[in-house]
Amino acid sequence: MGAGHSHVLYRESASPVHRLPPEVKVVAMVVFTIAVVATPREAFWAFGGYALLVAAVAALARVGPRWLLGRALIELPFVLFAIALPFLGSGERITVVGLHLSVDGLYGSWNILAKGTLGVLASLLLAATTTTRDLILGLDRLRCPQLLTQIASFMLRYLDVLVGEARRMRVARISRGDDPRFLWQLRGFAAGIGALFLRAFERGERVYLAMLSRGYSGRMPAVWQGAGAATAGQWLVAATVPALAASIAATALVLG
Amino acid sequence: METLAMHISNGIINGPVAAIFAALALATLTACVLRGRRDLDDRLAPMAGLVAAFIFAVQMLNFPIFTAGVSGHLLGGALAAMLVGPWVGALCVSVVLVVQALVFGDGGVAMLGLNITNMALIGTAAGYLLIALLLRVLPRTSAGLAVTAFVSALMSVVVASQGFILEYWLGGTTDLGSNLAGLAGTMAGAHLFIGIGEGLITATTVVTVAKVRPDLVYALRGLRPAAAPTVAAVGGVR
Repeated sequence: MGAGHSHVLYRESASPVHRLPPEVKVVAMVVFTIAVVATPREAFWAFGGYALLVAAVAALARVGPRWLLGRALIELPFVLFAIALPFLGSGERITVVGLHLSVDGLYGSWNILAKGTLGVLASLLLAATTTTRDLILGLDRLRCPQLLTQIASFMLRYLDVLVGEARRMRVARISRGDDPRFLWQLRGFAAGIGALFLRAFERGERVYLAMLSRGYSGRMPAVWQGAGAATAGQWLVAATVPALAASIAATALVLG
Repeated sequence: METLAMHISNGIINGPVAAIFAALALATLTACVLRGRRDLDDRLAPMAGLVAAFIFAVQMLNFPIFTAGVSGHLLGGALAAMLVGPWVGALCVSVVLVVQALVFGDGGVAMLGLNITNMALIGTAAGYLLIALLLRVLPRTSAGLAVTAFVSALMSVVVASQGFILEYWLGGTTDLGSNLAGLAGTMAGAHLFIGIGEGLITATTVVTVAKVRPDLVYALRGLRPAAAPTVAAVGGVR
């Protein structure tokens, strides 16, 4: 099972964005998000600029708008929170089409909607262009403590072990006459959750010991071989997007 | 895999408060890394990975709190504290949150400090304090262990949910006035129910593991009178 390790959101492609080293993309995404969050919420034009940047990167990465917007729906609970704010907020109130709304609350909704959506879109672009394995490689190259990258890489590896064990246990239940349908399978699942954990652990432990006996010392080979780390040129190329975002944010701060 | 976002997303809490909590989270996590290194041996390393994977999967179970538009979900802090200890446990939950923020856009990257403080630090610390206390008070039976796991998981979820209220009070981008108390009540009430679910999952998991492989439960390490140490299992495991 060498391939297909939980790349749920990864979109296979050879676009220029895909080919950038992961550490560069992580830094670019984080700087972009911070610039967006630091922008005053009254500067509507700035958010338009950010949206254009996201659209440009998406086009460059050949990620379609339908896929991007569909995935962005995970933001929904916070959209509901945002919609509730104009009714809950205190302070000055205005009347819009017969509704008595808080001005501060309206700005708050806009703030959450705009910044939240841009943040989700930026993460989705990172996920679409970087496999999870590369992501951890990137974090390691960014001097993230080895303890954390080790836990993260095992987490991603064991997610598949966990899903696989759950599937095997379900097949075992069905072949013994259980009839799991909709909610009825919840009971069987709940009763088996401890067993699932233990089975997954023992399989995971065997995987780990096998890795140890083949020379694993806490880092994956791709890291200590050191090939493919970002060059200065790649850093410069990737810096364009966060630099543009930062200048938009600075302008908005100065004007606002 | 259709999931809903459940962590604090960008723009809900203002920048300065987010930055303060990010610094707080970073400092605490550094301490956790230093302490965790001592804990992490050949048995704990795969366990930490599995606990993180388990929490990752379990956090996908998500309950919307419709009245406030905020959603609640299982956290896993107490489970992590029980199985891998408070230091590595907090790191496991943090790793889950970082990966969710970077890859799934769940919880804003700029709000990571807040989310880590609530779920990884407050949740795990509250859980572990209760575990340490209850394990000493309750009888050393599997029923006692089940009660410990249930209560600490329940309380850690409720306490962690109030972390959000504290942060919103400090730096919410919209002043809710007296409605904040209402939000606090809604969060606590809803998380009480979520806590029951979390408690049941934590209790069944921990009791099963403790029955079959007591050596794997970190919280029991100091308490058991050196029960026949299992042979260091290199190569042939069961």
